[in-house]
Amino acid sequence: MLDYITSYLRSDTTPGQAGNILWAVVYIFLIFAGLSVAVIAMNWLERKILAHMQVRLGPMRVGPHGLLQPIADALKLLIKEDIMPAEADKFVFWMAPLVVVMTAFTVFVVVPFGATHAVTDMNIGILFMVGVSSLSVLGIVMAGWASNSHYPLIGALRSSAQMVSYEIAMGLAVVSAILMTSLNSAGTGTLSMIGIVQAQQAQHVWFVFKFFPLGMIAFFIFAIAMVAETNRAPFDLPEAESELTAGFHTEYSGFRWSLFFLAEYSAMIAVSSIAVTLWLGGWLRPFSNSLTGDTWEMVFSLIPGLSFLAFAAMCFLGVFRMPKHRAFRMQTMGLAGFGVLLGGIGLLLFVPPVRYRVQDIFWFSAKVAISMYMYIWYRGTFPRYRFDQLMKVGWKVLLPLGIGVLVLTAGVGVL
Amino acid sequence: MQPVATTFFFYFLAALTLAGGVLVITRKNPVHSALALIIALLAQAGLYLMLYAPFVAGVQIILYAGGIMVLFLFVIMLVNLERSQREEQFNKQWLLGIIAATALGALFITIFVRGRAIFPVHIAAVAEESNTQEIGLMLYGNYMFTFEIASLLLLVAIIGAVVMAKKRI
Amino acid sequence: MSFYEETTIHKRMDATAGAAGSVKTIDRTSHLELDHHDKTFLDTNELVINMGPQHPATHGVLRVILKLDGEKVLGTECVIGYLHRGVEKIAEHRTYTMFNPYVDRMDYVAAVSNGLGYCEAVEKLLNVQAPPRANYIRVILTELNRLASHMLWLGTHALDIGAITPLFYTFRDREEILKIFEKYCGARLTTHAFRIGGCSYETYDGFEREVVNFVNFVTPKIDEYEELLTTNRIWVERTKGVGPITARECVALGVTGPVLRASGVKWDLRKAQPYAAYSDFDFDIPVGENGDTYDRYLVRMQEMRQSLRIIEQAVGKIPAGPIMAKVPKVIKPAVGEIYHSIEAPKGELGYFIVSDGSTQPYRIRVRPPSFVNLQALDMMVRGQLVADVIAVIGTLDIVLGEVDR
Repeated sequence: MLDYITSYLRSDTTPGQAGNILWAVVYIFLIFAGLSVAVIAMNWLERKILAHMQVRLGPMRVGPHGLLQPIADALKLLIKEDIMPAEADKFVFWMAPLVVVMTAFTVFVVVPFGATHAVTDMNIGILFMVGVSSLSVLGIVMAGWASNSHYPLIGALRSSAQMVSYEIAMGLAVVSAILMTSLNSAGTGTLSMIGIVQAQQAQHVWFVFKFFPLGMIAFFIFAIAMVAETNRAPFDLPEAESELTAGFHTEYSGFRWSLFFLAEYSAMIAVSSIAVTLWLGGWLRPFSNSLTGDTWEMVFSLIPGLSFLAFAAMCFLGVFRMPKHRAFRMQTMGLAGFGVLLGGIGLLLFVPPVRYRVQDIFWFSAKVAISMYMYIWYRGTFPRYRFDQLMKVGWKVLLPLGIGVLVLTAGVGVL
Repeated sequence: MQPVATTFFFYFLAALTLAGGVLVITRKNPVHSALALIIALLAQAGLYLMLYAPFVAGVQIILYAGGIMVLFLFVIMLVNLERSQREEQFNKQWLLGIIAATALGALFITIFVRGRAIFPVHIAAVAEESNTQEIGLMLYGNYMFTFEIASLLLLVAIIGAVVMAKKRI
Repeated sequence: MSFYEETTIHKRMDATAGAAGSVKTIDRTSHLELDHHDKTFLDTNELVINMGPQHPATHGVLRVILKLDGEKVLGTECVIGYLHRGVEKIAEHRTYTMFNPYVDRMDYVAAVSNGLGYCEAVEKLLNVQAPPRANYIRVILTELNRLASHMLWLGTHALDIGAITPLFYTFRDREEILKIFEKYCGARLTTHAFRIGGCSYETYDGFEREVVNFVNFVTPKIDEYEELLTTNRIWVERTKGVGPITARECVALGVTGPVLRASGVKWDLRKAQPYAAYSDFDFDIPVGENGDTYDRYLVRMQEMRQSLRIIEQAVGKIPAGPIMAKVPKVIKPAVGEIYHSIEAPKGELGYFIVSDGSTQPYRIRVRPPSFVNLQALDMMVRGQLVADVIAVIGTLDIVLGEVDR
């Protein structure tokens, strides 16, 4: 048994490839837990960042700086009455959130958080991700139709049209990145997520900088299409609050609604990880070309721990800035405790075996986090597109651009 | 990757496909039919995976389940369903149906009984790792002409659809 | 009232339109009525959806019944009256003074303007002239109120179109205006600032300084809003060519205010028929060209800057003197009728008062700009998309308290 457990740790591959079911299950649980924490953190961060962009404070009451607000919200949603419209199609109404959540979580099976940190490595990895995430539109359509109400129906129609249209531009961008993987001596590319990052490692360039500006254009096409795919501002028409009240989930409440919420955020993380894997070098650290050598390796391996210590320092700064009043005693203690937790994690990340095993995950998550920040930034800045303009951008701008980039990439690759 | 519980998965997926297929034709509500069809298509994708054809499985999911079925649902939701729901589901061509079903059933039984004689045992080399490349070589090499003809047909179909649907061009 | 004769507006309109070129017309039928032989078997049913009265984008309790073909609007029907309080009827059972606070509750984001219109109408009926200092205070407060109203409009309009951030910026700056109001008369929203015959309160100490500070504070803030929106590609795409209305259609429907000016008619009651102290100030009337949502946006943004100009001038030369004219304790106008209108932030706000010689008005009829402007909604959105309905409702700048009264 112990052999079985340790044999994987010594193998240099993913649990799925090693055929180690135990570790695969462990990884699945880790990803599930990590994703849930990420969604909760994202919820808090979105509210805080958006609030600070909009000259307000955001949640401040539940927990120090509103840190417990997402948990309070989750609790509220769980104990809310579960309403199902009388005229709804019960079974489909019940299935829809499950479909959305299942697809949003399933894609993480192939997301490579590091060279060995993925549940498995399929040789159709990217195809699997794009395919499964395209299934989530089914859940949205089901939700809109089953609600038997006009606003959700229009929301569902909008989102199905939107997602099907942007999938094409997205697919073209993805294909041009995959073409770049084939530029090696063997001349064969790969669809495997890990393989794509390894190709970037072998070619010593992130694909966003490859064939300047082709890689960059493809990345931007994907970056726009992924916002549209996840129904976020400025492409949030399916749930356009001012037009359709809440779009396809207007009739949902309580737990079912929170499933949609969970799915939306994990889908955002999923498409961001596709972008990071395909163009931003996945788990590779930045400046791996210019800043080489053991010293730099050492320095970069310390960054994860240092950044956690910086977060901890920010927490302690918050502790000192807390009002010195009895009513704030619990909050101050809580914030100090959170700081200690973050500092502990930071110190743990300095331990050499942990450091070398985990820094992949850190770089990957940091890149995904930047992408998530962009999502929030878009939301704070842009008005919403109208439906016909959205279609125009998708079909008349992104699609021809995508085809052009694809053809040019192929041409440059052949030369 | 080692195959896991192959026989079980085959029967499971086959049953799912059949159940989906039966639901497609028996459900009165077209949306339910479409959803059942999606289940059948996904189960088929699983069968492709079992045939060591992951690329085909992936394409099946993207194109059929994620693309075409979404458009199906889209259209079903837009057209007026109430009338078709009130109408009787099965039309009057039951005689023709029975003949066709008998012929098809006879074919299946023949193949099941004499299958080993018709199709000699030949286990193809497992090409899971290079499945994508093989398909690419086949499509753009051996079957280039057929492939191009098919794409031309599809182009004609697209133009036809636009001409039929568009009110003013 | 010779000012209000339609011919005058027509003359002015033709003059301005002639200067700009030819009179614009919009073809409103071509994309609506399908020929019968055009129909294919793929035609879908009309979808009737009910927007409001509980809807985040109808600015209160407006109910709009939309007839849609897919996303295209075939027609709209506004159902109003959910906020009807019978203000005009209440007036018949109140004395002139007692009715004064009720008008603040009509357009509650521009309460000062409402009060000004009413007070001036009654003053006209009484043949009383408010003293110059009172007129200056009135101008300052009304222009501040116009700013506040336009800021609220900008925030909510941007929110309707999906930009959530300007709302908070405008509310932050509107707060400064409300602070001045609160210091002046104690109320923030239903600011009851004026009395018949002048102002009820003398300005507080440091009023002028605070107003000047506010002007200096808010000028860069307006640049900030414009930076966020004016050249924003999505904003321009969402508003340009959306909900167009020509000058002629505006006049035919009686649409006034920024909506009228955005379609190219230089008609502003502050210039055309100066009241209070407006004739003393130098300011421009911003005019648009196309009469679409983007032009209305630009016109209102310019109006905010012009308001600041007026406020600056008014604070600079505010005269000393009494703030109340001699008004009898019991207001008892002679038998007669009066129509007086002012340029409220949303358009022409008019009061028609019939006096039977008693202490209570025989009849009051309010001409609310929101109510009249709302008529144009159907014409503006036909053939456009659902999202445009939202944009147009936002750009009409309606307040349901005023529509329903």
